Amino acid sequence: MSDTLPKVPDTASAPPSAGDGPARPSPLARALAHPLLWPVLALVVLLAVNVAAQPGFLEVRLQDGHLFGSVIDILRNSAPIMLVATGMTLVIATRGIDLSVGAIAAIAGAIACTQIVGAADQGAASVAIIASTTAVAACVLLGLWNGFLVAVLGIQPIIATLVLMVAGRGLAMLVTDGQITTVNNDTFSDLASGFVLTLPIALIIALVVFGLTAVLTRRTALGMLIEAVGINPEASRLAGVRSRTIIWTVYVFAGFCAGVAGLIIAANTSSVNANSLGLWIELDAILAVVIGGTSLAGGRFSLAGTLVGAVFIATLARTIPTIGIPSEANYLFKAVVVVLVCLLQSPKARAAIGSLLTARHSKGATS
Amino acid sequence: MSTATVTRPGPGGPSGPAAPGSPSGRPRSAWERVRTYTPSSRYLPVITTAALFVGMFSVGGARYEGFADPQVFLSLLLDNSFLIVLAVGMTFVILTGGIDLSVGSNVALSTVIAAKTLEMGWSPYLTVVAVLVTGTVLGTAMGLLIHYFDIQPFIATLAGMFLARGLCYLISVDSIPISDETFQTWAFASVDLPGGYYVGWTSIVALATVAIAALVLARTRFGRTVYAIGGNESSALLMGLRVASTKVGVYAISGFCAAFAGLLFALYTLSGYSLNAVGMELDAIAAVVIGGTLLTGGRGFVIGSLLGVLVLGVIQTFISFDGTLSSWWTRISIGLLVLVFVVVQRFMTRRQP
Repeated sequence: MSDTLPKVPDTASAPPSAGDGPARPSPLARALAHPLLWPVLALVVLLAVNVAAQPGFLEVRLQDGHLFGSVIDILRNSAPIMLVATGMTLVIATRGIDLSVGAIAAIAGAIACTQIVGAADQGAASVAIIASTTAVAACVLLGLWNGFLVAVLGIQPIIATLVLMVAGRGLAMLVTDGQITTVNNDTFSDLASGFVLTLPIALIIALVVFGLTAVLTRRTALGMLIEAVGINPEASRLAGVRSRTIIWTVYVFAGFCAGVAGLIIAANTSSVNANSLGLWIELDAILAVVIGGTSLAGGRFSLAGTLVGAVFIATLARTIPTIGIPSEANYLFKAVVVVLVCLLQSPKARAAIGSLLTARHSKGATS
Repeated sequence: MSTATVTRPGPGGPSGPAAPGSPSGRPRSAWERVRTYTPSSRYLPVITTAALFVGMFSVGGARYEGFADPQVFLSLLLDNSFLIVLAVGMTFVILTGGIDLSVGSNVALSTVIAAKTLEMGWSPYLTVVAVLVTGTVLGTAMGLLIHYFDIQPFIATLAGMFLARGLCYLISVDSIPISDETFQTWAFASVDLPGGYYVGWTSIVALATVAIAALVLARTRFGRTVYAIGGNESSALLMGLRVASTKVGVYAISGFCAAFAGLLFALYTLSGYSLNAVGMELDAIAAVVIGGTLLTGGRGFVIGSLLGVLVLGVIQTFISFDGTLSSWWTRISIGLLVLVFVVVQRFMTRRQP
């Protein structure tokens, strides 16, 4: 059947080499298959919905040297997810997953807030800096722990990080003694609400981490090595790639990103509740990574896609109340998005849709 | 050739060939068999968990007054009946090498549906059917996505988790009390045991679920296929086993068990609330792991999951009896236990070819 297809005048423009498939992808099809097309399209649709519901949505004005507007707000709110998702992208690229980032974020917030409260001069900038550094250092240690379980002991990533996901919030409660700790430190709260060069500090931090990651992975061989490990750790080890070190590094990096994200979330409310800080941020981050076109099977990753995915999730959270749906319902939308994205990524589903389309096409051609 | 073996007169005579286990040919005495009995290595994790449970219970009994009371054990079953049912469903999924993150949300959805439909004046029996059907349909849908579209179990059930939680909020944001009489009778129904003890009906139902599940896994074609898929899915497929229906089936079972656990939870709290059971999927997974089921699939027993739930329950009882330990030690110790079991599993599987 497929052998006779190229003879049909309609498809004569297609290269004749198409023997095994229906046809070689046309430029349009190739554009449709571009990994970033769907995430960007989805984001544009969401923004369009927002503009339709609220005509002044895209307005950004300059006030007291700060940029203000819904878009800036969304970008600021997306900073923690962006950070966590950047770390998660690299972990997923090595065919791993890190479920513990939410718990790590809670621990970071807990350590920082407890240290600030315990300091002699609570409002001092140096106190905030020392506390934040300690918190991030602790998170790097937790990342080391995850990496040890995965890279050295060879435990499945999902299980290895589950340990910290279960125990981590308990540890955070241990640090805060089960209290909701509130801090009063301007430098610390500036992490979330401050502005530098008219942009929110949180966004700048997230973009700097993102940018450094992008440069390090795409301008050096690191990205390729990570992908190699994701495709086949054993083969890449035999080829001379230090699989173990690379796997270890990505978990440490994920821990670092989660820690910084936890600080920003804690700074946003100037308080820490170990039970709810960063709750389910790991799932949002994984969602952002998946929306961005990175396959959970590992082996390739798209940092730009992750960025779009993170902004998409933050926009979705903003859109739902805007169009008059109770904000709790955003779980429903997330579920729909997850299923749609997965179906679009799934080769089997694509094949099913493709055969459906070609069947209709060939029927139209014969009649 | 073949005639030679047949005509060769056996030295053992009428007693038949010598038992391969005893080189001397002398039949072993019963005592010898008991003394030298070593359990098959596949039962080892379950036995470890059982020993852990008994050990923890004895330590608690020695340390705290009233801990060793049988009623403490019976209330352990009562307080954890929903978790037992949940862990049973999760065991099926994990045995095939999958995972189901949606069960916690599914429990919450079941409590909300039960409370809402009862509030609307439905018959309690109709409510039970509606809840069970909803849960099973949700599980089946995820199974279909996982099997037919090759979507990873983790991500497909993540979608299910979001969906169920979202549906909860859509039905009701507030907690709905259950005042239906039939439900209240069910909730407080118990069986008196000799000695003044009592056991709640919900715990009996939970234990029955364990028994049925154990029977299904050990004695049916479906059960064997579950183990085969967990061992190696492509081999199972090449052997001509019904991989598709079994794989979808385990998620349907998990969904059903989650809905059923949701009903038990609704009976336990006599209310439906969309924030119920947040993170309960983690407890269920932890119980299954502590019960000795291999997370890569293919090995494990439902009875182990029951013991895993009981161990989790004992930890909580420990902390409530102690009084000086804070509640967050529960989570930390569960995490540590999971860690120990996972690491030990890792080394045990590494030694095998």
